Amino acid sequence: MNDRFDHLFRRESGRITATITRIFGPHRLALAEDVVQEAFCRALEVWPFRGVPDNPPAWLMTTARNCALDALRRERTAQSSAWQLDNSLQSEWTLGPALDELFAPQAVQDDLLRLMFSCCHPRLSESAQVALILHILCGFSVAEIADAFLSSHAAIEKRITRAKSLLSATHAVFDVSAAEDFAGRLPSVLRALYLLFNEGYHGASPAAIRCELCDEAIRLTALLLAHPFGIIPATHALAALMALISARLPARTDASGELVALADQDRTKWDRARIAEGLRFLDLAAQGVEVSPYHVEAAIAAVHARAARAQDTDWRLIVSFYDLLMRIRPSPVVALNRAIAISQAEGPRRGLEELRAHVDAKSLPRYLFYSAALGEMELSLGKREDARVHFQSARDLARNDLERSFIDRRLRACETGGTGESL
Amino acid sequence: MTEFVFLYRGGDRPESPEEGQQIMQKWMGWLKSLADRGNIIDRGQPLERTGKIVAANKTVTDGPFAEAKDVVGGYTLIRARDVSEAAELAKGCPALERGGRVEVRPVMKLDM
Repeated sequence: MNDRFDHLFRRESGRITATITRIFGPHRLALAEDVVQEAFCRALEVWPFRGVPDNPPAWLMTTARNCALDALRRERTAQSSAWQLDNSLQSEWTLGPALDELFAPQAVQDDLLRLMFSCCHPRLSESAQVALILHILCGFSVAEIADAFLSSHAAIEKRITRAKSLLSATHAVFDVSAAEDFAGRLPSVLRALYLLFNEGYHGASPAAIRCELCDEAIRLTALLLAHPFGIIPATHALAALMALISARLPARTDASGELVALADQDRTKWDRARIAEGLRFLDLAAQGVEVSPYHVEAAIAAVHARAARAQDTDWRLIVSFYDLLMRIRPSPVVALNRAIAISQAEGPRRGLEELRAHVDAKSLPRYLFYSAALGEMELSLGKREDARVHFQSARDLARNDLERSFIDRRLRACETGGTGESL
Repeated sequence: MTEFVFLYRGGDRPESPEEGQQIMQKWMGWLKSLADRGNIIDRGQPLERTGKIVAANKTVTDGPFAEAKDVVGGYTLIRARDVSEAAELAKGCPALERGGRVEVRPVMKLDM
């Protein structure tokens, strides 16, 4: 099977769900999901016997369309009163042609955006928005999302059920043709895609799932860039950030599957095409007056991407970008990363000063990178026992075997006096 | 060599699109491996779950409404040395991983 076939069902599920949801209305989301599942079940049953069709996405969409048609007919037979459809869908005579129009490719692109914006409803928490996007637009099951977020099945199910019922109560999908509404909701959509990407890159789940989350975030961001209201500098900046950071994914684990720190990555493995694309997006992002946090994070990623060797990294420039980020979107994590950059630019003693002065340890209680950063700086200063204590607390916070094994190597370095790595 | 019919019964539905695709690819891989070894006479067809039942008195009703685990979902025409080889081949069927069953039925020999 080729790349285009990998995850085909998952990719198509979002397109089909989005289209069906427009036809049935968001209040019939569950019915739309049934229709989509039915289409996949038919593919699963038919393709092994008759072969994969020439155009699998078209086959799936047509099958979903027919299942939807059946559902519409059954609904009408049942004389459901709550039916809210275009009049053309009420008559048997026009049902077919009306549906053909609804399933046209251009309409489907817009459907995905509508549903994406609907998922980012202001009354939903950011984590619920991300879970809903993954579930409805990316075709992830509750179990797959629970794996991705290291959360329990029950917790994710509850989050998604509540989010869906809120979505169902809205009775209309988001209108992406209204420029003002679009612009008003766009920041939340960008933020959700950013969080989705971050979960992929820095998340706790196994590497394979995480790459898929990154790919989904990139795919959905590309959809925004294809829309006249979506193609703004902040979207380009987000796309740049995703391209530049995901370019490192091939080097992030070594042949034995161990995590490799940025400084130690084999940079020849970085995806050059993605870096070039990221830099091009970053240029496009600069065509405006706005400087979003995505601009700054993309600029930092670009500094790393441009350094042929770790020791060529312009850490002073990176520190200045973190200074800027602290002004426009300060957070404990940004403060921590700034202190790490200062440690690289001006030495571990300065890094520790910054860390102690500006990073509130209590605001990062379960964040192993905080303890790990302290460990690295103490180790660089030759304080091996202090370093060991910090790495030990980082180890207690590790979320998976990869992180644990990485910290174990740092603990061994404390015994031998080695330096150099950081997460 | 003898002919057999594999009847596929039951099997849980996938929980997610990704799982559905994985099951489908397993099916394709399994049927291909049987074909590569010359065990397939006819890949067969998937069957709709219900149709019509025509009774002795020629009344026609909808059905069958069998329990999901008993519904025949498709069939394949297989060539194998004997019934135990055919049963051995059926052990690779992906339906088994999802609670389904394969019924292995020899086609009656007409030339006695």
